[in-house]
Amino acid sequence: MTNLVYLVPLFPLIGFLINGIGWRKMPKSAGGAIGSIAILASFIVSLGIFFEVKSTGATTIVHLFDFIQSGKLYIPFSFQVDALSSLFLLIITGIGFLIHVYSTSYMHDDEGMVKYFAFLNLFVFSMLLLVLGANYLIMFIGWEGVGLCSYLLIGFWFKNRDYTNAAKKAFIMNRIGDLGFLVGMLMILFHFGTLTYADFFNNLHNSDVAISNNMYNWIAICLFIGAMGKSAQIPLYTWLPDAMAGPTPVSALIHAATMVTAGIYMIARSSALYNLAPLAQNLVGIIGLATAILAASIAIKQYDIKKVLAYSTVSQLGFMFLALGMGAYTTAVFHVMTHAFFKALLFLGSGSVIHAMGGEQDIRKMGGLNKHMRITGITFLIGCLAIAGIPGFSGFFSKDEILAATYAHSPVMYYLALGAALMTAFYMFRLYFLTFTGSFRGTEEQHHHLHESPAAMTIPLIVLAFFAIVGGYVGLPPVISEHHSLNSFLRSVVSNFGEHELSHATEWMLMGLSSGLVIITIIIAYAVNKKPNFAPNTGLAKTLENKWYVDELYDAVIVNPLQKLSGLLDRFAERMGIDGLVNGVGKIVRWGSDRVRLLQSGQVGFYIFVMVIGMTLLFAISFFWIQ
Amino acid sequence: MGIYEVLFWFLTVMAISCALGVILSRNPVNSVLFLIATFFAVSGHYILLNAQFLAIVNIIVYAGAIMVLFLFVIMLMNLNADTEPQKNRLVQLAGVISGGALFLVVLAAFRTTTVSVLEQSATDIGLIKNLGKTLFTQFVLPFEISSVLFLSAMIGAIVIGKKE
Amino acid sequence: MPIQYYLFLSMALFCIGIMGTLMRRNAIIILMCIEMMLNAVNLLLVAFSKMYNDPSAQIFVFFIMVVAAAEVAVGLAIIVMMYRKVHSVDINILNRLKH
Repeated sequence: MTNLVYLVPLFPLIGFLINGIGWRKMPKSAGGAIGSIAILASFIVSLGIFFEVKSTGATTIVHLFDFIQSGKLYIPFSFQVDALSSLFLLIITGIGFLIHVYSTSYMHDDEGMVKYFAFLNLFVFSMLLLVLGANYLIMFIGWEGVGLCSYLLIGFWFKNRDYTNAAKKAFIMNRIGDLGFLVGMLMILFHFGTLTYADFFNNLHNSDVAISNNMYNWIAICLFIGAMGKSAQIPLYTWLPDAMAGPTPVSALIHAATMVTAGIYMIARSSALYNLAPLAQNLVGIIGLATAILAASIAIKQYDIKKVLAYSTVSQLGFMFLALGMGAYTTAVFHVMTHAFFKALLFLGSGSVIHAMGGEQDIRKMGGLNKHMRITGITFLIGCLAIAGIPGFSGFFSKDEILAATYAHSPVMYYLALGAALMTAFYMFRLYFLTFTGSFRGTEEQHHHLHESPAAMTIPLIVLAFFAIVGGYVGLPPVISEHHSLNSFLRSVVSNFGEHELSHATEWMLMGLSSGLVIITIIIAYAVNKKPNFAPNTGLAKTLENKWYVDELYDAVIVNPLQKLSGLLDRFAERMGIDGLVNGVGKIVRWGSDRVRLLQSGQVGFYIFVMVIGMTLLFAISFFWIQ
Repeated sequence: MGIYEVLFWFLTVMAISCALGVILSRNPVNSVLFLIATFFAVSGHYILLNAQFLAIVNIIVYAGAIMVLFLFVIMLMNLNADTEPQKNRLVQLAGVISGGALFLVVLAAFRTTTVSVLEQSATDIGLIKNLGKTLFTQFVLPFEISSVLFLSAMIGAIVIGKKE
Repeated sequence: MPIQYYLFLSMALFCIGIMGTLMRRNAIIILMCIEMMLNAVNLLLVAFSKMYNDPSAQIFVFFIMVVAAAEVAVGLAIIVMMYRKVHSVDINILNRLKH
């Protein structure tokens, strides 16, 4: 089965080609069906691969063809199938498939539905390439591919200028990160002469390649900058909330299954490197923690249903990076998995709400939707419970693991992370209470329009809700079960670093503390939002509503000076310097040829004369100068 | 100075002086006759270099066929010294100087090459048997292609020379 | 005989041919000068053939003769045609390339 791994990215590629070539002509339902079936086929192959890897535990390299071969540089186009990549395959194709099915209904009224599915398939294809590649270059191809697709999909409704600006912002922010990744990659190539994971990780401990500890740190930091861009960490996170401009299923795809998890995957894949680079590892942890707190605090005061979820994604990604920084790579992957379930669920649920509200996204105009949309309401509640970390739901297990690893590392960071987790519970339940309970605050027309979404949208919700509950049971904490199946599955590929064994008492205490505080927070959220009050915010709340003014800060510090400089360069360097140079060359050539033209007298004798002179000169030069 | 050297110098002087005659005589008919003499001198050199067959071919093809063609055309056009257009002195001087400069450059370049003496020995590479063997084995393809060249030149000459 | 003598002789013939080409305006004479230059090259080839004892060079002389004959045929045809049009063989009249 692992030999068939090339089929996994091949199906979405075929789907993309069919939909992409025929998007003007094809009927909408055919486009949706092709897109969904392509992903379903990949998912089935992925399942087979996953269970084979699970039973054998072997790492297989599938060599497809030689990609670059030049001197000592040899980069094959090959796929690496192991525990980590097969797990990601399942997440991507599984959740991707559900999102595709959901999209067939959600996008049904859109003109460019077939084009949309083409992009969606390309997105999944790029992500699969990213995950499957057996070297950094293949990963980079997928890396750039998801960047491109996110640009295309965020700006899918390109007639709206704000949306295209959001798309450009996402693309440019990603490019900044990509540069870091590229530099890191070149540094690896320079020092180790290879980009293949297996060779690189073996050489890390090899005494032949003696490089300083500093170099490990630099490489790791450069790769982390790439991860920052792709996985929306401080300071490159501002694109992700703006990425809400795209259709809601796209947000679900970006936030849950693809794209933002790429950074986590990359660092987990490079865990051997990060284990040798303590400085970079600490940086990862600190940035992750800071992002988690900052984004959670912003989410508290947002009114756009998708913005809240977007900031919650940024915050959850922060948690994952915190886990990576603690050396608990498998925990981060665990959280990627559970987060994929409940975040896809939440986004698709919000999509269902927006669908029902006729495009309205402001939660101030919602309320009481539970009465009209039972399935959406219940599944959304399950998602909230999961993300808040209520015991028994998937989010609890992964988040608790992160918190435990953090506590073992540093209690101060633990309390900060716990604060962020409590904020998560608060804003998620604020969102839930404002949207689904209370009385309806929208217009009369919207009230009549309210309806439960069709089956194509609710079935994915139900499936995801199921996994949002049970997804956590693959990684039970040691106090409950000695057997952590995810950890033992990943152990062959990802090596955790500096694992601290906490005593069972401490662990029970931590779990109890966080669970208790979360439940209290939910009660507070209920109390605060029972009688919603939307008076204009002041003070700190206003700062939070305006996202700590980070966008304004970036505008003032980076964007505006850059634009001024560009304007200046345009006026002077471009118009006067380069244009002058180019036009000047043209003018000189014209002037010169006007003069030289006179040589063309048409006199054959003169031509022969010039030819002889030239011959003589050539002889003279070749005989006397060159020797 | 043996007979070989005497012949060499005689033919050399004859070739150069006749060549100068070609370019200096005013009457084109005289030029043609001088050129024929030059070709004879060159053919003499061929014999000295043991290229007997080439010498004969040179006389037959050049002196015989080609030069007769020239004479024929000149007679046909009734050209003579009076109708011969003359360039002005300056252009002539420029021609002489540039040609002489080329000669001097090459002379200076080869002045210092190591002397390799051509021995006066009887070899048979210039005989028709040897040349024929080489021509019809090693160079048979160019030989065939040259016949195509001839054909096209023939057709071209007829087409161009035909009265409209 | 040193090979240089033949070299210088053929160079002399070649340069005389060039001078003729530059000095004269009569197209037929110019064509003749070109023939003379080809002959100079032939002579050098034969000398080298003798020097290296290799018949290939003489074969090349054949081919040069072939090309020369073809060239003369076409060249004279052009001159005849030109004479028919402008009643002159002065190459200075042939400056129509300019226009």
